[in-house]
Amino acid sequence: MTTLEPPVAADRPPGPRPPAKRNRRSWKGWGFIGPFVAVFALVFLAPIAYSIYLSLFRDQLIGGNQFVGLDNYTQAIEDDRFWDSLIRVSLFLVVQVPIMLGIALLIALALDSGRLYGKDFFRITIFLPYAVPAVVATLMWGFMYGTRYGLVGDINEAFGVTLPDPLSTDLVLASIGNIVTWEFVGYNMLIFYSALRVIPHSLYEAAEIDGAGQFRVITAIKLPAIRGALVIATIFSIIGSFQLFNEPNILRQLARNAITTDYTPNFYTYSLSFNGQQQNYSAAVAIIMGLITMVIAYIVQLRGMRKGA
Amino acid sequence: MRRTTSRLMRGIAVLSVLALGATACGGSDDSAGGEPVSGDDITAALEKGGTVTVWAWEPTLKTVAADFEKKYPKVKINLVAERSGDKHYTALTNAISAEKGVPDVAQVEYFALSQYALTKGLSDLAPFGADKLKDKYTPGPWNAVNEGDAVYGLPMDSGPMAMFYNKAVFDKHKVAVPTTWDEYVDAARKLHKADPKVFIAADAGDAGFTTSALWQAGSRPYKVDGTNVKVDFSDAKAKKYTDTWQPLIDEKLVAPIAGWTDDWYKGLGDGTLATLVTGAWMPANFVTGVPQASGDWRAAPMPAWTKGDKASAENGGSSLALPTLGKNKELAYAFAEYANSGDGVQTRIDEGAFPATKAELESPEFQSKEFEYFGGQKANEIFAESAANVADDWSYLPFQQYANSIFNDTVGKAYVSDTKLSEGLKTWQDASIKYGKEQGFTVE
Repeated sequence: MTTLEPPVAADRPPGPRPPAKRNRRSWKGWGFIGPFVAVFALVFLAPIAYSIYLSLFRDQLIGGNQFVGLDNYTQAIEDDRFWDSLIRVSLFLVVQVPIMLGIALLIALALDSGRLYGKDFFRITIFLPYAVPAVVATLMWGFMYGTRYGLVGDINEAFGVTLPDPLSTDLVLASIGNIVTWEFVGYNMLIFYSALRVIPHSLYEAAEIDGAGQFRVITAIKLPAIRGALVIATIFSIIGSFQLFNEPNILRQLARNAITTDYTPNFYTYSLSFNGQQQNYSAAVAIIMGLITMVIAYIVQLRGMRKGA
Repeated sequence: MRRTTSRLMRGIAVLSVLALGATACGGSDDSAGGEPVSGDDITAALEKGGTVTVWAWEPTLKTVAADFEKKYPKVKINLVAERSGDKHYTALTNAISAEKGVPDVAQVEYFALSQYALTKGLSDLAPFGADKLKDKYTPGPWNAVNEGDAVYGLPMDSGPMAMFYNKAVFDKHKVAVPTTWDEYVDAARKLHKADPKVFIAADAGDAGFTTSALWQAGSRPYKVDGTNVKVDFSDAKAKKYTDTWQPLIDEKLVAPIAGWTDDWYKGLGDGTLATLVTGAWMPANFVTGVPQASGDWRAAPMPAWTKGDKASAENGGSSLALPTLGKNKELAYAFAEYANSGDGVQTRIDEGAFPATKAELESPEFQSKEFEYFGGQKANEIFAESAANVADDWSYLPFQQYANSIFNDTVGKAYVSDTKLSEGLKTWQDASIKYGKEQGFTVE
């Protein structure tokens, strides 16, 4: 019989591992999230940090660059042009978003009801405008809105009527709302529709056994089930409204006097930076606007997600 | 938790410093001081050779650059022509403030010159001998490039105002072509009455036109003395303009079509718009943009404020300037001089540019040129006379680019609401003053 050499490992004294070894950090996790963190820091955190840094200075044509602390923020809070633009997009928000989401919901429910012929065709055609870039969509609508050579002009000519000018000061916001609705109904519809598709069929069967009608099924089963999707779509729409930029920017070429350079908060910050070289003040306005958007989106999320609210 | 937070903060700090570093580092300049540069220095530089980077969208410079390279084989012209207008200025301003990638020669429109000159972005060309070129140029452009003893650019082209009118429309309705602004308003009424689809002009609020009209009327709303700026649209001459123009808006005699849009080109082509009062650089645009109306249009002097008055104004036009941070100053100047004062001028005229140099404007060859588009009219005679009669002492704001960008926010309201033109000008004045103060100017 040969004596078995005890395994090397057995040499180690029993008991807990030495603390130093045990606390050694494992960097493997960082390896996985590292690429994300690097990109996130570079394209998200760094610009924000740089904006905050910028917003604390003021660079003048005469006098150069100097540190001004929070002066830009005080100025922004007292700036009527900023608040007017914020009020304008808020008005847009409370009118356009319910209309758009309402239409999207109706279409989603109609598609989900299974009573439509050519369902796939409807779904894809209603979604299609979302695939059109906002710039192209706005240009296209701009042509239609034209009272001289556009569609509106042609209708006026053909029927001898005078339709109100969609690009006049009073109507241009509604016209922008129309474009945005056209663009995003399909997108929101798809969110709602996919949420509707995952509702278990057994619920419908139970409702049928209980003798519930279609309307009751919608209010008692479908709507509560897609609540999460509704909240998400609302938050996206709020953010989208506050960031309104492409549509007014492009329509402005056709309606320079109706759409001012401070028409929406985003357009205002753009004008400040690129027409006025006021990047510092522009950064302050952008940060305030970002905070306002965050707060409102957060409130909506809190309220929307609360059970039974 | 505390540790991660502080690490995060440090990360942000490092990143923002990195972002800063990107803007802060840059090449040093070999600045041209007040030292005069002799012609010999320039000749020596041309013989030695080098590369000159030129940012300019003026299309005729392409041929000029090729000719220049042929003449001085050791010099290479790197012409960057992709950007124009606002995009060009944004890029130029960014390059100057980053102290990196600054071109050696840049096209700068007259209205934007003083902004760059004031912030020391452009070299004074007087030490290169540019101050001796004064008599070569017509008064309008020269006035625009020089401030005190300094010369900040060499005039490239000019835009003396003229009135282009659709003769076919005037003939059809038997309306006389206006020579004064009062007649212009009358003609507007007559034409619109004869055919409700015809408008005397398109005007949806255009800063360039309004300032040129004020210029011609004798109003001098902008007074600039270094960093002291005065903005005032309330003088009697400005009132003359608003009193004349207001009825055109009130009675809807001007079509609310913005310039350079599809509607605008269509309107110029189909007889909807009867006149266009603008700079003498317009003919080339007529030929390419409104081919269907070839033969219908003619040129005439800009309507006068009082009968017989020949005073004119400028609209647009640009110069070639040397950014302070550019390199190869001698070569850069040599190119600008060649293009805008030397052999390049004729090359550019041949390609359709409207010169700023007296000799060329007055030459019989230039004046006798028949414009096929204008039915064989010798339109240059009218333009040259306008150029000679540009009223002097006009100056733009050192921040005209910004002021023009908010024109439609302020004066534009007069076109779409009950606001009067004079009130709109007042709002524009206030907004310009506010911006001027924010930028550190002393503004009244």
